[in-house]
Amino acid sequence: MSAEPLSKPESYQSGPDSMGHFGQFGGRFVAETLMPLILEVEEAYYKYKDDPEFRTELEGLAKDYVGRPSPLYYAKRLTEELGGAKIYFKRDELNHTGAHKINNTLGQILLAKRMGKKRIIAETGAGQHGVATATVCALFNLPCVVYMGETDIKRQAPNVFRMKLLGAEIVSVTSGTATLKDAMNDALRDWVANVEDTFYIIGTAAGPHPYPEMVRDFQSVIGIETKQQLQQAEQQLPDAVVACIGGGSNAIGLFHPFLDDENVKIYGVEAAGRGVDSGLHAASLTGGQPGVLHGNRTYLLQDEDGQITDAHSISAGLDYPGIGPEHSWLHDIGRVSYVSVTDDEALEAFQLCCRLEGIIPALEPSHALAFVTELAPKMNKDEILVMNMCGRGDKDVFTVAEALGVEI
Amino acid sequence: MSVSNRINAKFAQLAKQKRAGLVTFITAGDPNLDVFEQILAKLPEAGSDIIELGMPFSDPMADGPAIQLANQRALKNGMTLKKTLAAVAKFRKQDQNTPIILMGYYNPIFHMGVQNFVEQAREVGVDGLIIVDLPVEEDDELCHPARTQDLDWVRLVTPTTDAKRLSKILKNSSGFLYYVSIAGITGTASAKGSNVKKAIEDIRKQSSLPIAVGFGIKTKEQVQQTAQYADAVVVGSAIVNKIEQAKADNKTAEQTCEAVISFVRELSSGLS
Repeated sequence: MSAEPLSKPESYQSGPDSMGHFGQFGGRFVAETLMPLILEVEEAYYKYKDDPEFRTELEGLAKDYVGRPSPLYYAKRLTEELGGAKIYFKRDELNHTGAHKINNTLGQILLAKRMGKKRIIAETGAGQHGVATATVCALFNLPCVVYMGETDIKRQAPNVFRMKLLGAEIVSVTSGTATLKDAMNDALRDWVANVEDTFYIIGTAAGPHPYPEMVRDFQSVIGIETKQQLQQAEQQLPDAVVACIGGGSNAIGLFHPFLDDENVKIYGVEAAGRGVDSGLHAASLTGGQPGVLHGNRTYLLQDEDGQITDAHSISAGLDYPGIGPEHSWLHDIGRVSYVSVTDDEALEAFQLCCRLEGIIPALEPSHALAFVTELAPKMNKDEILVMNMCGRGDKDVFTVAEALGVEI
Repeated sequence: MSVSNRINAKFAQLAKQKRAGLVTFITAGDPNLDVFEQILAKLPEAGSDIIELGMPFSDPMADGPAIQLANQRALKNGMTLKKTLAAVAKFRKQDQNTPIILMGYYNPIFHMGVQNFVEQAREVGVDGLIIVDLPVEEDDELCHPARTQDLDWVRLVTPTTDAKRLSKILKNSSGFLYYVSIAGITGTASAKGSNVKKAIEDIRKQSSLPIAVGFGIKTKEQVQQTAQYADAVVVGSAIVNKIEQAKADNKTAEQTCEAVISFVRELSSGLS
């Protein structure tokens, strides 16, 4: 690997290069059996991404089926409570299926249809991406197989049932540590064995090129809308944008349209679990090192032998030992500040949001919110902060009750 | 003797003997370092012509259940890449001729440092590398540094490889080619002989490298059938399964070793 100069690029939005690299990150680290198909996906994606008919179909469904644009909401009581910057929520939790995940699954299934694929596979951790994939598969009448770690199946029973109602087959993954990374391994194993007819809908902005780029593009609707909506409400750009990061799909979707607006400060919030020093966390950038897994080079949690270690977070959606390669690059060149928030801090923010705003957030954006409670008071009252409320918390009430010692 | 010669010499010898070779796969450190080293030492006399050693990884994405379990057993018992290289060094003290190919995934190598790894690999007597998650598109990562150290770069050719891609794959390939007979993971379905035969014939039109065939080959009979058109036959999961079975049956270290070695002896008996 060549050392990449870390000087400022001409545009922060120009990546990836033709080999799928964001600086030293990204790439296509997959088995030979998959390479012809990966190249086929790339070719199809570039063919259709700006195709008027594709865009019209995608945007029509985004509007009428998903409910886009999602509102940009001024969180007045939270703003008053924190006494600093004016806080807005981008309300992607109001999307159909309750999270930002469907922005991407809709885009990818339209591509799969155009490629003539007859079967869809996906991996899921918390189940949100699994539900979003099962949903679009029902809509387009394609069989759907979702790989999910045995551990996650137990702690996300409502989402497992939702996926079954939507007609998906759930495969319980017992290999390795039986969590999200192993679900992704098994989905890749399925794909290798079924290359002819199967399309793999990856849920996060990671994996082999073109996935990180493709997922980012489908999720960028979040940032594009935010920019327009804030322009309308405040006639200006935000001073800061904040989003939580597991693999980083909602975050890159919010961040990307703002990358070249250099006065906009950008913050990505990783899950510190029980604390980065405890070893029980999911903060790949804060506590990991560059490595290669699941088709791309990126920051990974790993031991001294290069074995991938387990991630820990109260939020199943952030419980992944890697991060999208574009985030690794944005971290190294310093355009985005990455911080981390513990389980306990996220739980407090979760409750604060319920009480002050009447919104039950998912545990994932509760991490972003915990950082907002720290950041906003340090900002001036005439400054504006936008946080992506990327998912709703219905799925998390059991986890939260248990963490708070409440029986329901 | 330069390292790549060990592979060339082996295929030259096989050609002279007019038989196909047996490539045996085991995972380094499976089920633990001690038993693994005992098995490794006995493989050549049991009829293994080329030894393919799996470098354990936490996330072996191209492997089926048998080799996944082998990886887990080895890692649980403290196997590391450094120990794998040390085991090769130890083996080389008793055996100067049997080629050793390290097979695995890129991350542990990347983590150790590519230059450090290729230098050490060459020094301990490794002959070639098969790195599953490094396609031709990523040749700058390890293929080129490995070739500079005279380590052979053995690539996988698969049923999804078309003619155009094959020519890309052949560039920078050395030692031999590994034809993966099914589109899938290790240790699962077996391929249809006629399809494989046809694919091998197509590859031979473009390359003079010896061709090993693997994936889904589990019995002496399958080895014999495959040997009719391949230069070498790879058996992996079926061997590794013997270790799992021995563990399930609470066998001793010696019994485990014997179970593996007698199976390899049986497989190789079909090739004389």
